[in-house]
Amino acid sequence: MSILLDENSRVMVQGITGTMARFHTREMIDYGTNVVAGVVPGRGGEVVEGVPVFDTVEEAVKQTDAEASLVFVPPPFAADGIMEAAKSGIRYCVCVTDGIPAQDMIMVKRYMYRFPKDTRMMLTGPNCAGTISPGKAMLGIMPSHIYKQGNVGIIGRSGTLGYEAAEQLNQLGIGVSTSVGIGGDPINGASFKDVLIHFEQDDETDIVCMIGKIGGPQEAEAADFIRDHMKKPVVAYVAGLTAPKVKTMGHAGAIISAFGESASEKVEILSEAGVTVAAHPSEVGATIAKVMAA
Amino acid sequence: MDIHEYQAKELLYQFGVENPPGALAYSPEQAAYRTRELGGNKWVVKAQVHAGGRGKAGGVKVCESVAEIQAACEQMFGRKIVTHQTGPEGKGIYRVYVECAVPIAKEFYLGLVLDRSSQRVMIVCSRDGGMEIEEIAAEKPESIVRESVEPAVGLRDFQCREIAFKLGLESKHVPSFVRTLTGCYQAFRDLDATMVEVNPLVLTDDGRILALDAKMTFDDNALFRHPQVSELRDKSQEDPRECRAADRGLSYVGLEGNIGCIVNGAGLAMATMDTIKHAGGEPANFLDIGGGATPDRVAKAFRLVMSDEKVKAVLVNIFAGINRCDWVAEGVVKALAENPIDVPVVVRLAGTNVEAGQKILADSGLPIIKATTLREAAEMTVEAWKHAPDRKSLT
Repeated sequence: MSILLDENSRVMVQGITGTMARFHTREMIDYGTNVVAGVVPGRGGEVVEGVPVFDTVEEAVKQTDAEASLVFVPPPFAADGIMEAAKSGIRYCVCVTDGIPAQDMIMVKRYMYRFPKDTRMMLTGPNCAGTISPGKAMLGIMPSHIYKQGNVGIIGRSGTLGYEAAEQLNQLGIGVSTSVGIGGDPINGASFKDVLIHFEQDDETDIVCMIGKIGGPQEAEAADFIRDHMKKPVVAYVAGLTAPKVKTMGHAGAIISAFGESASEKVEILSEAGVTVAAHPSEVGATIAKVMAA
Repeated sequence: MDIHEYQAKELLYQFGVENPPGALAYSPEQAAYRTRELGGNKWVVKAQVHAGGRGKAGGVKVCESVAEIQAACEQMFGRKIVTHQTGPEGKGIYRVYVECAVPIAKEFYLGLVLDRSSQRVMIVCSRDGGMEIEEIAAEKPESIVRESVEPAVGLRDFQCREIAFKLGLESKHVPSFVRTLTGCYQAFRDLDATMVEVNPLVLTDDGRILALDAKMTFDDNALFRHPQVSELRDKSQEDPRECRAADRGLSYVGLEGNIGCIVNGAGLAMATMDTIKHAGGEPANFLDIGGGATPDRVAKAFRLVMSDEKVKAVLVNIFAGINRCDWVAEGVVKALAENPIDVPVVVRLAGTNVEAGQKILADSGLPIIKATTLREAAEMTVEAWKHAPDRKSLT
């Protein structure tokens, strides 16, 4: 069984009536995803792309047993939508919305921790491309045809760079077990480590590909976990080796994150943890092939 | 979004953070006039620029007469100030703030930031104010006090008291420190800031706690609910190209090379830059056109990249998920049809509707170089740039 999502997952789309949401709901259904409900307040009773729409997540879950949700809600209301899903018994939520205020996300995370661990919703994103278990189901906005079914698990902070990795693997005839986008926002749901835990236990995944980028502590946290707890090999690429230092006005942030924020530091930390780091973005696929053959 | 010191002080004041009397001026004459209005016999004149490190760069002067103030302002106005935070191009001085000098007993550092590790607001304080926090961290790391805020209950008084005692404040000064720190936190929270920095925060000889400097940065994603903050934007402090890009919903950073980049997604944009460099070229910019790129937006991105006269070749790299290759292709064709350009253009499309996108490019009859992989695209662009003729003057 794939991690987080498979062909049996009962999927709901929050904000299903928007133009982009409709387009991607159609893509998900065509891919074989079991989309059972949509939610838009005030639009209950309508049918979109053959999917019944409900006013609240609670009602949708009651009527359809939806268990996974894709949040396609505009930024000012997205945090509210995620919290509604967390409260209504959704187990896995992907939020693709870009532009959610950071303090809204702090609140979302605090709210999710109100629930005991065994009923707590897992969130990936916001500002991510979503999750796909190739050949089974897709919960997100990615171009599905570039993913071939296989045994490589992908985790990426960058959506389009995750596509790039999948495409390179596809060209080499290598497939993907599940690809998970965790988004690049400063305050987000699951971290690299949270997803690595799932991949380490997944019997369909033999190797993990991690796509990082400059900024934030998540790559360093993942490196600790990989060194101490992972038996499966991990290949990584960190974008931004040539990026200029971001100009910021204040100083306080600089001392909180003293080490491990630049791309070269991340490469160093990951390499020391036993991760094989691809030197260039165009070599991600080939590096994975090499590690798999070894 | 960044704001000026005087603006940050005004905002913080509304939350109970006090500062010395001061006045804003747009010219040396106005500065002299407003100083007379302020009264007193000693003032500090401060250039209002969006950057730290002003003092060392000549942006802060202590004056003891109105004539001195006018002379100091004449030195400052219209000049560019260059600090380690501005980049070599510097930031222009178009406003100064004149503030009454106060007798200082102690100086502290106070900062609030969004901490990505704990995913909470973090308070950072030190009894060694006046110095920059990086220096404090390097020289006296033991003096730094950190405290994180539990979002469900906010910053509590006991936390502020703990910090106050750790900073060595006497009991009689603790209540006003608590009020000041609470005010900074409330401003941070209520106005969706990502950074509040008061350096120095001072204890005066007569026992008051005052903010002598203040910096605030706001979450761009939350500006929609703070129109009063959005109004404080000062475009004279922003890179003109980055500013135009932001107005068009694009994320742009100008660089020194000559290969223009148009990419979707920040990660892929950085990876594209890495690949160009690996292929022997230098990127002229970082540009993320984001999701939902309409033909119109792509056309705007083209005009923006081409407004940089250093650009000798353009690489368009789109991996479409939420974007659609046909839209991007339409945008490229539209941009090139409206404004023919005299540099080679390499386009790499992949993902959603890629066939439709390729067909639009092919049918357009425009001299677009097509690439299929990232490496190929970078190598072709670098090759094209090496053989590109000098650009004709743009109209």
